[in-house]
Amino acid sequence: MKFIDEFRNKEKAKKIVRAIENISTKEIKLMEVCGGHTMSIQKFGIPSLLPPQIELLSGPGCPVCVTDRKYIDQAIAYARLDNVIITTFGDLIRVPGSSSSLDNEKAKGRSIKIVYSILDALKIAKENPTKKVIFLAIGFETTVPGTAAGVITAAKENVDNFYVFSSHKVMPPAMNALIDEGVKINGYIGPGHVSTITGTGIYSGLAENFNVGCVISGFEPLDLLQSIYMLVKQFEEKNPKVEIQYKRAVKVEGNIKAKEMMYDVFEYRDDWWRGLGTLANSGLGISKKYAKFDAERKFDVEVEKTKEDKGCICGEILKGLKSPKDCSLFANVCDPSNPVGACMVSNEGACHAFYKYNRE
Amino acid sequence: MNENILLGHGSGGKLTHNLISNLFVKHFSNPILEKQTDSAILEINANNISFTTDSFVVDPLFFNGGDIGKLAVAGTVNDLAVSGAEPLFLSASFIIEEGFSFSELEKIVKSMAEEAKKANIKIVTGDTKVVDRGKCDKVFINTSGIGILSEKNKEISSGEKIEIGDKIIINGTIGDHGMAIMATRNDMNFSSNIKSDCASLNQLIKKVIDSGADIKFMRDATRGGLSTVLCEIVENKSYGIEINEDDLAVNENVRGICELLGFDPVYVANEGKVVMVVSNKDSEKVLAILKKDELGKASSIIGEVVDEHHGKGWINTEIGGKRIIDMLAGEQLPRIC
Repeated sequence: MKFIDEFRNKEKAKKIVRAIENISTKEIKLMEVCGGHTMSIQKFGIPSLLPPQIELLSGPGCPVCVTDRKYIDQAIAYARLDNVIITTFGDLIRVPGSSSSLDNEKAKGRSIKIVYSILDALKIAKENPTKKVIFLAIGFETTVPGTAAGVITAAKENVDNFYVFSSHKVMPPAMNALIDEGVKINGYIGPGHVSTITGTGIYSGLAENFNVGCVISGFEPLDLLQSIYMLVKQFEEKNPKVEIQYKRAVKVEGNIKAKEMMYDVFEYRDDWWRGLGTLANSGLGISKKYAKFDAERKFDVEVEKTKEDKGCICGEILKGLKSPKDCSLFANVCDPSNPVGACMVSNEGACHAFYKYNRE
Repeated sequence: MNENILLGHGSGGKLTHNLISNLFVKHFSNPILEKQTDSAILEINANNISFTTDSFVVDPLFFNGGDIGKLAVAGTVNDLAVSGAEPLFLSASFIIEEGFSFSELEKIVKSMAEEAKKANIKIVTGDTKVVDRGKCDKVFINTSGIGILSEKNKEISSGEKIEIGDKIIINGTIGDHGMAIMATRNDMNFSSNIKSDCASLNQLIKKVIDSGADIKFMRDATRGGLSTVLCEIVENKSYGIEINEDDLAVNENVRGICELLGFDPVYVANEGKVVMVVSNKDSEKVLAILKKDELGKASSIIGEVVDEHHGKGWINTEIGGKRIIDMLAGEQLPRIC
């Protein structure tokens, strides 16, 4: 398949692995902060190809995994309102809340529909004018412009029964926070999809303030191996910087039009991240201009008190402090058919990827 | 005849009688069924009988490469065939939603008759229930099947004779059925030409068995895909399985949609694929037989039973890495970004 097979060539992979072996002399910890990278790394067996001194950590890159339990509880409270249809990406539906999940609520008869984009949710709103349709908007900068486009379309078309419950987050505060907390990271495998929107400017503080390099990577195995090579080289040469490996998709300036839409519809706010706590200016709420589409402003619901998991170490895993294999629940009581923590729910979660591809 | 199924069609009265005579018996015609006795009287000369049942609730009912009827026949025929049995008779039970269109039901029944003819199996008994609108999703079909099993094939379904060094063979591309269904579902809006691989495999399997090849195990790779079958083979065993990603055949368009949605084809459902474990000495012979058949022309040896990774399946990835293969746990869901 064109543009795929070229990036999965076994001989080229061997050459890059040899090049990594040739330059790598010291122990190094690299973290990917994109769920797509986590899956690719595990699916292609990349850790099995690397020398033992190179350790790959999975960070807070899965949007489902970092979504706060309180958000799920609040979405469930919305689902229990009369005449409301909840529209959501599939991954979110199985995330456990404090005492229920959207999946459970659906089984009890609440109206919860899986959609593949916000435009599907908008269509449902237009087809059901007597109902109130709430779209659960999660994800990083990759998915924010899509939500923004949906809200702008709803405004243009005067759809007055459509609302967005935002848990959108931005990546840089989390990347900085991890290093601030003392997590030993020598380099970031930078998120490819996020960076197509944001460009590279958002990562500049990593090298300047923390001495940590960042290589924006594509998702194919050769992309990832090349990015690892570039990070090891930076580390060995003591020259941390922001580089783009994924040049076929990422530009330094990012996608200017998408950013304009983002900042038109959203404004920064402090947000709570699972495992990381509250991070300043790390979340995006609906701006005043589009307040009529904001579910939080429209619906006043009583949300149950959030109960945290007992024994689940998702937070430590998201920080790269522990591996899924360190969790006593992993593959024991917690597996993809009965996920205890969010990292096991999503396809892109570290625990799910480990369970599926790296469970010995 | 009415345009739609009415509750009365399931009442047991005249409408039911007409439905059975004018639709089911008409299309499934054979001397055993035509007697319309309470139970089918079958003459079977065998010491070992293979018996299986399955229910079909697919949405959408019609998809590229088949429909629920073809699936209901092929699915049960394949369950018998992969056990090493020769399928002979099927039952067919319908649970139909009030208001379901008669023409669509007839299309499904014709498709079942056609597939039964291809598989050389008789549909000899059945049942019809009609439920209130909203109490089921259009139509559900249950089929049960009986086949005869020769003494020498009795171990095939248990896999007890599997040994280290045996080869793993599959009769073609993986993931076609699951992605054909996904592409047809209204909410995906894909335009694609992915065709389900739905087919009865008994004639193909018969050719392999009749060759006298040393077949250690067979299973059809349906829901859960190839990976689930491989995991079932090694579960709690003192051997492992190693397969090569390079040797797995995946249609380009299936691969494309899998890439787009973040699906792994080894976990995607098939409806016309059999996984065989064959002794090393007979593996090339079996491969040659399979390749000569239309349903096996893309067959390949994908790996072997090894004295490593006991109880686990491993895959050598296309870039030379290694990872485990697992049973599908939960549903594969499209990725967010």
